[in-house]
Amino acid sequence: MLTAILIMTGIALVLGAVLGFASIKFKVEGDPLVDQIDAILPQTQCGQCGFPGCRPYATAIAGGEAEINQCPPGGEEGIRKLADLLGREFKPLSEEHGVEKPKAVAVIDEETCIGCTLCIQACPVDAIVGAAKQMHTIIAADCTGCELCLAPCPVDCISMEPIAETVDTWKWRYPVFTIKQAA
Amino acid sequence: MLRKLFNFHGGVKPATHKEESTLSPIAPVPLPDRLVIPLHQSVGGHPRPLVQPGDRVFKGQRIGAADGSLSSAVHASTSGLVRDVVPAVMPHTSGLTTLSVIIEPDGDDRWGELERVNFRSTPPDELRDFLRDAGIVGLGGAVFPSHLKLKPGKEGALQTLVINGAECEPFITCDDMLMRERAGDMLKGIIAMRHMLQAREVLIGIEDNKPQAIAAVQAAIAASGETGIEAVAIPTRYPAGGAKQLIRVLTGIEVPHGRRSTDFGVQCFNVGTAYSIFEALERGRPLISRIVTVAGNVDAPRNYEVLIGTPMDHVVRLAGARAGTDRYIMGGPMMGARMPAFDVPVVKATNCILVGSPALFPPPPPEMPCIRCGECAKACPADLAPFEMYWHSRAKNFGKAQEYHLFDCIECGCCSFVCPSHIPLVDYFRFSKSEIWAREREKEAADTARDRFEFKNFRQEREKQEKAEKLAAKAAATREKVGADGSAAGAAAASSGTAPAKPSGDDAKRALIEAAMEKARQQKAQVQPKNTDAATPAVQAEIAAIEARRQVSATHPTDAPPDRPPSSGA
Amino acid sequence: MINSPFVRKPASVQSVMLQVLLALVPGIAAYAWFFGPGILVQIALATAAALAGEAAVLAIRGKPVALFLGDLSAIVTAWLIALTFPPIAPWWLTVTGTLLAIVIVKQLYGGLGQNPFNPAMAAFCLMIVAYPALMSQWPAAGQLDAGTQLELIFGGARQIDAITGATPLDALRTALRGAADPASTLHGLRAAQLMDGPAFGLIGGHGGEWVALGYLLGGLWLLQRRIITWHIPLAFCAALFAAAGLLWALKPEGFASPLFHLASGGAMLGAFFILTDPVSGATTARGKLLFAAGAAVLTYVIRVFGAYPDGIAFATLLMNICVPLIDMKTQAPVFGHKKD
Ligand code: SF4
Ligand code: SF4
Ligand code: SF4
Ligand code: SF4
Repeated sequence: MLTAILIMTGIALVLGAVLGFASIKFKVEGDPLVDQIDAILPQTQCGQCGFPGCRPYATAIAGGEAEINQCPPGGEEGIRKLADLLGREFKPLSEEHGVEKPKAVAVIDEETCIGCTLCIQACPVDAIVGAAKQMHTIIAADCTGCELCLAPCPVDCISMEPIAETVDTWKWRYPVFTIKQAA
Repeated sequence: MLRKLFNFHGGVKPATHKEESTLSPIAPVPLPDRLVIPLHQSVGGHPRPLVQPGDRVFKGQRIGAADGSLSSAVHASTSGLVRDVVPAVMPHTSGLTTLSVIIEPDGDDRWGELERVNFRSTPPDELRDFLRDAGIVGLGGAVFPSHLKLKPGKEGALQTLVINGAECEPFITCDDMLMRERAGDMLKGIIAMRHMLQAREVLIGIEDNKPQAIAAVQAAIAASGETGIEAVAIPTRYPAGGAKQLIRVLTGIEVPHGRRSTDFGVQCFNVGTAYSIFEALERGRPLISRIVTVAGNVDAPRNYEVLIGTPMDHVVRLAGARAGTDRYIMGGPMMGARMPAFDVPVVKATNCILVGSPALFPPPPPEMPCIRCGECAKACPADLAPFEMYWHSRAKNFGKAQEYHLFDCIECGCCSFVCPSHIPLVDYFRFSKSEIWAREREKEAADTARDRFEFKNFRQEREKQEKAEKLAAKAAATREKVGADGSAAGAAAASSGTAPAKPSGDDAKRALIEAAMEKARQQKAQVQPKNTDAATPAVQAEIAAIEARRQVSATHPTDAPPDRPPSSGA
Repeated sequence: MINSPFVRKPASVQSVMLQVLLALVPGIAAYAWFFGPGILVQIALATAAALAGEAAVLAIRGKPVALFLGDLSAIVTAWLIALTFPPIAPWWLTVTGTLLAIVIVKQLYGGLGQNPFNPAMAAFCLMIVAYPALMSQWPAAGQLDAGTQLELIFGGARQIDAITGATPLDALRTALRGAADPASTLHGLRAAQLMDGPAFGLIGGHGGEWVALGYLLGGLWLLQRRIITWHIPLAFCAALFAAAGLLWALKPEGFASPLFHLASGGAMLGAFFILTDPVSGATTARGKLLFAAGAAVLTYVIRVFGAYPDGIAFATLLMNICVPLIDMKTQAPVFGHKKD
């Protein structure tokens, strides 16, 4: 009996030592936490989270000053990833910060635009080109759909258009699980 | 002479159903009322339209120009009137539309001027451009632009050119019939390809369930007197006609996913592609038609020579569609794609229109849980463990699925075919792959957005700083100038003894203010957006295009914007 | 919406399980012939319990009952339980064991395809730990007539030692320990002499060796039908032979021959029917070899040095634990990534 206990203790000790050693030896030198959080955030830079951009929000999360459910563009999946990364509990998107919407790009009505440059200043990613008193245009590929340019426009000529699906972006659907239907 | 063949792992033997459609020869198809020719028919860039509604086109006239080198041209399949250039439903499971040229045939079927090329005397680069402009793409189903594959590897010469006549999918017989009826011409295409690739040997792999095709090709080789070309009968087992599997069977070489086969000294083309290269080089005819098997739920399964753009139901009607048809499948029953409608056009990728009915292809029994029986792994020709990939795909654990080599899956369907639990494994893999691609795109977009955001912040900081510095410098300069001017004017007045009309100190100040205002006015007039400094050439080009549009609408400020950029009427 | 492939092989879980059941028939026939009809009663009891238990849990979980009962996997589990439990075990032992296997080991882990442990073997281990005496009473071939067997199964009190012996494996172990003990009457006898008793047959236990032959036949048929692959049976038999052969060669008077080990107890049942359960077993080719060899060595060790009548059940469970690791480490290289 005693020998059995001794052997078990011995094995436990050895295993513990090996595990401890392994965790030190093979420790992953990851990015700093803020970078890891920032990598999950969608980079829409819309400020809906209450911070002036994704990185400030990431900093706030890392500093424990913000909840993980404040980013509407990131949606549920984003919150899940944050919860995984930080080992926190998943919670649904906080409603006061907005709702998840399909991705869209801003479009300027080229006829109405008066060229006031206000939207250029508002755009966080410089996706609008144009000069004073000239019509402005949005580079669709760079627009993140943050909607920050909508409000400043004095003539309301900017609208959001959902991104249409093309063959290149079309996705196969998740196969339906038919067991329930067959019942 | 018996050649040593190699084996590939897995594979299945579904009922072939090939005899029915090989009873009668390839038949022509009467002109339909309308041809819908999608501009994007091959892997790569979307070709630009070269015609407008109202244009008259000849048969074989180029209507879409290749966009960059990874792209291929598109041609009018018959002579007639361009009705429209609009998005139309494409033969793709998604049911999405793509920009297509709609042609109303005039019935004359008149060829334009045809240009032939002698491949032996033309430099390879020109030949490749010629083939790109002739719209030659892989006709086995992958529709990869052929000119890009017709480059020998680093050594300048290729060991083996593999020609794929295996045609392993059930029901499909278009390659079989092509080899039976047109082996000689096909061989001429192969000889041209061999010349371009400087290939030492050519192996034409044909499944041994097509003895007539093998005999025809062998006879053609004998008649041509060429050496180093051999028609090889390979065992019938699906998917022996997969490019990688065929290369493996004939040469023993395994080309890993993501590597070019030329790096291993082999290249593989479909027999149909060889024939269309012959047509292009020796007859000057671009790729405007192909052989299509019509099989399944029809009275008389048969092969037809179909013009690209012909609606599928137009062809199926000739074969006698039967009642109960509920779908068309483009391709075979193992890898084919369900069509969103019956009137989608035949495209370069259409090797078969398989007419489906619930009786012919009954829905699978309900999906049961995976029992890890390993049948799928036994059948997988890519040596994968499908049930592991399935497990992780189902849990949307895409990273794990990739660890089990998801992207090495060729979507052959063998695993779904054998699974006793009736799990649509391939559907899960397709789902996972497209999710992973979407995520990669999102990630890229997020990275650009992050960079641009950071750059804008940096720019704003810099501008603020520059402004502050400029202001400080200007203030200092003004102060100095005012002081200097004042004293100079005073000195001048003193020396001349005549007092100027106005005291000069004030004058100088006013002049300065005026100059500043003028400068500001000018700046305002031609202010350049500063946010374009970091733009890529592509974006610069886009900006240029936008500027051009702006100029146009600036000159006609009241006009509605034209539907499309006014072209120079080609 | 259905996508390609549009055709499928006519295979189903049901047909796989049905073939496994058929393959068990020769073994069962031999069992009933030599040991009496008790086993048939046990099979019936276990089958009924398994179906009832499975149906109840499926109904509670809101799964289609008919569909999943029809897959026959519960019946396979039930038969394996009946075949590994003593044929004269009281009815409630068999029924409890079966319910444990189906409800806890199989369904609570998620049902068909999800259980990490072999349900039948888990049930065996649970019951032998809980009722070591009842689970160790094995009649010798022809020892009990049908009436006595039924009485033992359904009757109440029983005089344990009076009616039953132990399995040949147990008997041999006890005898060998006796032989090593100077105080015992058996002292000094060799293994071969000890195996001369009525409990022993030509190479294995009397009668038991014919049952093993029945399992072997059924197993070979499964191999031929490609329901199972050769890896697990071969690796198991080879490793068991090797382990037993090694000690036998070193000390023939102290250990039974490898053939005896192969023909006794649940070796054949284990090699062809228990370890080959795909759900809880290894899946890669190399993994299967490792898995089965490991199970064989553990079986041998438990048989010879342990206190339980047979080692198959514990060995299976122990190897089940290792399956995820084995599978992960033995993934075969995929197309184009092979080194050759
Ligand atoms: S809410 Fe907007 S700014 Fe905030 S993290 Fe999400 S995308 Fe970035
Ligand atoms: S264009 Fe408008 S919506 Fe798009 S990124 Fe800029 S501010 Fe946001
Ligand atoms: S064939 Fe089906 S049930 Fe068998 S392991 Fe593969 S996925 Fe699972
Ligand atoms: S579809 Fe993919 S996983 Fe399935 S058998 Fe084919 S290659 Fe293997």
